[in-house]
Amino acid sequence: MQNGNTMNNTTPHITNTAEQTIWNILANIEDPEIPVLTITDLGIVRNVQITADATTIFITPTYSGCPATDMIATNIKMALLAAGYKNIILTTILSPAWTTDWMTATGKQKLKDYGIAAPNKQFIIPADGVQCPHCNSHHTKLISEFGSTACKALYQCQQCKEPFDYFKCH
Amino acid sequence: MDNFLIDYTLHLADTSLILAQRNAEWCGLGPVLEQDIAITNISLDLLGQARNYYQYAATIIGGTATEDSLAYHRTEREFKNLLLAEQPNGDWAQTILRQYLFSQFQYLQLQQLQQSHNQQLAAIAAKAIKEVSYHLRWSSEWVIRLGDGTTESNQRMQNAISVLWPFTGEFFIPANYEKEFITVETLQTPWLQNVDAIFTEATLPIPATTFMQQGGKQGLHTEAMGYILAELQYLQRTYPGAEW
Repeated sequence: MQNGNTMNNTTPHITNTAEQTIWNILANIEDPEIPVLTITDLGIVRNVQITADATTIFITPTYSGCPATDMIATNIKMALLAAGYKNIILTTILSPAWTTDWMTATGKQKLKDYGIAAPNKQFIIPADGVQCPHCNSHHTKLISEFGSTACKALYQCQQCKEPFDYFKCH
Repeated sequence: MDNFLIDYTLHLADTSLILAQRNAEWCGLGPVLEQDIAITNISLDLLGQARNYYQYAATIIGGTATEDSLAYHRTEREFKNLLLAEQPNGDWAQTILRQYLFSQFQYLQLQQLQQSHNQQLAAIAAKAIKEVSYHLRWSSEWVIRLGDGTTESNQRMQNAISVLWPFTGEFFIPANYEKEFITVETLQTPWLQNVDAIFTEATLPIPATTFMQQGGKQGLHTEAMGYILAELQYLQRTYPGAEW
């Protein structure tokens, strides 16, 4: 990953078409908590390795306690089994720790369209002013740093009065 | 088999698990919805950290050990969590203070552990510290809000300090198994400086030197511990291996 390509750190090196085929399958698996995002949008798939007798998928959890992680692992297995792959191995890598920097630009746009403010480097620590995903106002108020899932904070827009979630920088 | 590594990993796992269990007791009972969600989010983070440590410990122990067997099938004397983690929730002030005193310690602990020669512990620490920075900020703000709040909220914080302070001493007394991974003694000064800064802002006094309890790291617990395990382990003790 230290190849100077800092802009697209989300896409590990794909070496051949067999790997590409698997990446395409993975790109259709939704995040169970935020179903507009796929697991590749989130950047949690770190690598795919194909050997003669096994297919190994390396994933990194978002938060230590994210309950979606187990379900994502199951869904990956199911999708690959359905596509005819056998002996699928899921390996969790903790280091380097997942960061919202690995979320793709498409992923961030999908979040906004869904009504969740995307992670924003200006708000590493959640504070008032995160842009409202509904009316685009910056006149917003932080309600709580903890929301309905580990990755989100609660906000209310002071302009359109809608409540919304902010996907925290991590 | 590296017994020191196993014991130290279990010590970290147990502390996170027991505090997660305590915080989860607030589920549905928090003073307001947002704070109910906050304390259970913190519980979930701690549970996730505990799972990472237990999974690692299980791979070193080998055989039939799993994260579940380590959490559900060990006895009270085998648990090595810090005594602070097992203390009852009390009122909101006591829960807040327990979280703050621990998060302030855990943050410093993980900072050092990130540099550990043990790569797996370092990786778990690097992951966890991001979450703990939230816990620390949230609980610091609450200590200040309650301490510098009304006469009653200040009094409740002072009560919480007198209950919980004696359980902070053992943070900095290294267990035999701990020494090769971390020098906890060196964390005492920065911990105290940080606590002092928050307490000052909260208009709360730092207690004069008092008798400090210890024993958690060696499996010697307070009365509260058995009750926690009775609830936590009930299902797996009654129906071993139950799944749903």
